[in-house]
Amino acid sequence: MQPALSIKNLRKTYDNQFEALKGIDLDVATGDFFALLGPNGAGKSTTIGIICSLVRKTEGVVTIFGHDIDRDFSIAKQFVGVVPQEFNFNQFEKPIDILVAQAGYYGIKANIALERAEKYLKQLGLWERRNEISRTLSGGMKRRLMIARALIHEPQLLVLDEPTAGVDIELRRSMWEFLKEINDQGTTIILTTHYLEEAESLCRNIAIIDHGTIVKNTSMKALLKQLDRETFILDVREELTECPTLEGYPLTLADGHSIEVDVTKGQSMNEIFIELSRQNIHVISMRNKANRLEELFFDMVEKNLIDAAGGQTNE
Amino acid sequence: MNSSQKWIAFDTILRREIRRFLRIWPQTLLPPIITIVLYFVIFGQLIGSRIGTMSGLPYIQFVAPGLIMMSVITNSYSNVVSSFFGSKFQRNIEELLVSPTPNWIILLGYVAGGMSRGLGVGFIVTLLSLYFADFSIHSLPVTIAIVLMTSLMFSLAGLINAIYAANFDDISIIPTFVLTPLTYLGGVFYSMDLLSEFWRNLSMINPVLYMVNAFRYGIAGITDIPIVWAFSMVGLFSLVLFFLALRLLETGSRLRS
Repeated sequence: MQPALSIKNLRKTYDNQFEALKGIDLDVATGDFFALLGPNGAGKSTTIGIICSLVRKTEGVVTIFGHDIDRDFSIAKQFVGVVPQEFNFNQFEKPIDILVAQAGYYGIKANIALERAEKYLKQLGLWERRNEISRTLSGGMKRRLMIARALIHEPQLLVLDEPTAGVDIELRRSMWEFLKEINDQGTTIILTTHYLEEAESLCRNIAIIDHGTIVKNTSMKALLKQLDRETFILDVREELTECPTLEGYPLTLADGHSIEVDVTKGQSMNEIFIELSRQNIHVISMRNKANRLEELFFDMVEKNLIDAAGGQTNE
Repeated sequence: MNSSQKWIAFDTILRREIRRFLRIWPQTLLPPIITIVLYFVIFGQLIGSRIGTMSGLPYIQFVAPGLIMMSVITNSYSNVVSSFFGSKFQRNIEELLVSPTPNWIILLGYVAGGMSRGLGVGFIVTLLSLYFADFSIHSLPVTIAIVLMTSLMFSLAGLINAIYAANFDDISIIPTFVLTPLTYLGGVFYSMDLLSEFWRNLSMINPVLYMVNAFRYGIAGITDIPIVWAFSMVGLFSLVLFFLALRLLETGSRLRS
């Protein structure tokens, strides 16, 4: 099956000579939920900008479902819907008008556009606000409006550039559910986000970009398997005045009722529980100290471990 | 996109443009009407009655075609420049840039929007001018053709200005320092016969001169310039501006990074 998105040797040098992309290669399979992660300025938004024609590439080939964005731009663009990082709709227009106009730019008749606008505005909880001036909507509503707008021509590839930035946790989770649903219906999704928990829970495959190069491109499972050490917080029933000791497991007392423990790959949590029980310490709950993906991300990007290992890896 | 889809895209841009200037009518439709009424009262009636005739016409009848044309020019231009730059500033122009709408449809959509406002205001001003001056139409085809071409040309010019503009100053500099002098020196208020040879020759590079004279010919049957020459020049200017605007959209200059 041909990929939803194929990028070959993509380079971008801006007018100020800043080299944002240094020849990246990337394939996103049809139906995938794909995360594109990287620190600020890594090249994520430039890549997305090129995919949706807002940024002119310096070199390379981008195809969407086999259609070159230069040669078959009209067809290629029909396949893509984009939700940008910043609000980019006319804040003086009504949501319903914004959606119907966007459909018109894709050559969709007004009656069909109105039906779809109703469908997506209802699904995203904006139907009641459809005739209000957009600038009066809350930040979360504006983000949802941009998602509805990106879906109005029913694209097969949806690109979301930090769609949940500044959105409260409840709304973020409802947006996750919505995105999972449209992915289940067959829409390929590419997501950039700073919430690594979001990428971990939604995405099946992942690429990490740093300084204009892909430093990792693999499946989420394979990536998380590489995590060789995790820190857990154990909440205990007893009040502790000093930190217990366990051979082979470095422990730290976080506060009177919780202990931090570093567990490396191959070690058993059972051993920890048994040993603590012997010391009359009862664990009542446990959690990861940090998101697992976040730990890997910091390892790869900040410590630059991948560069040290010899550059790009594709698994 | 097939031709039916292209038509829908064009129609969408045009309707959006019309809806925009109707929504903000106190900013778009009312001011030109007030301005033109003041021109008629001051130049036409108060001062005009002391001037007498110009090129054989009562002064108010002489200036009326020029004043109508001035409204068409400024409104066609300012509609496109403010709407397109506003879209750039708010970044909602990206809605169009990510879509499969061809650049020439984007161009035609915005230009048609500018022409709608220019011609709409021109029509209202024409009705108002009938209250102040009696005139009949000498040649309806010439009148309609030149108004359409003028509106087209200045809508194109407004689009080019908006594409180049990086801030709000840039969209007021051209109307203030180029458009207004061209209009005032384009034979709206005086006949070319009043100028010395040097200034008359210099005026010939002013496109507004051709438009005002062709329009005056259409209404009153008098002109300082041969009518074919006037149409050729306006047509040439429009063609150059059309291809320049299209080229700017194709290259994505100042629109895409």
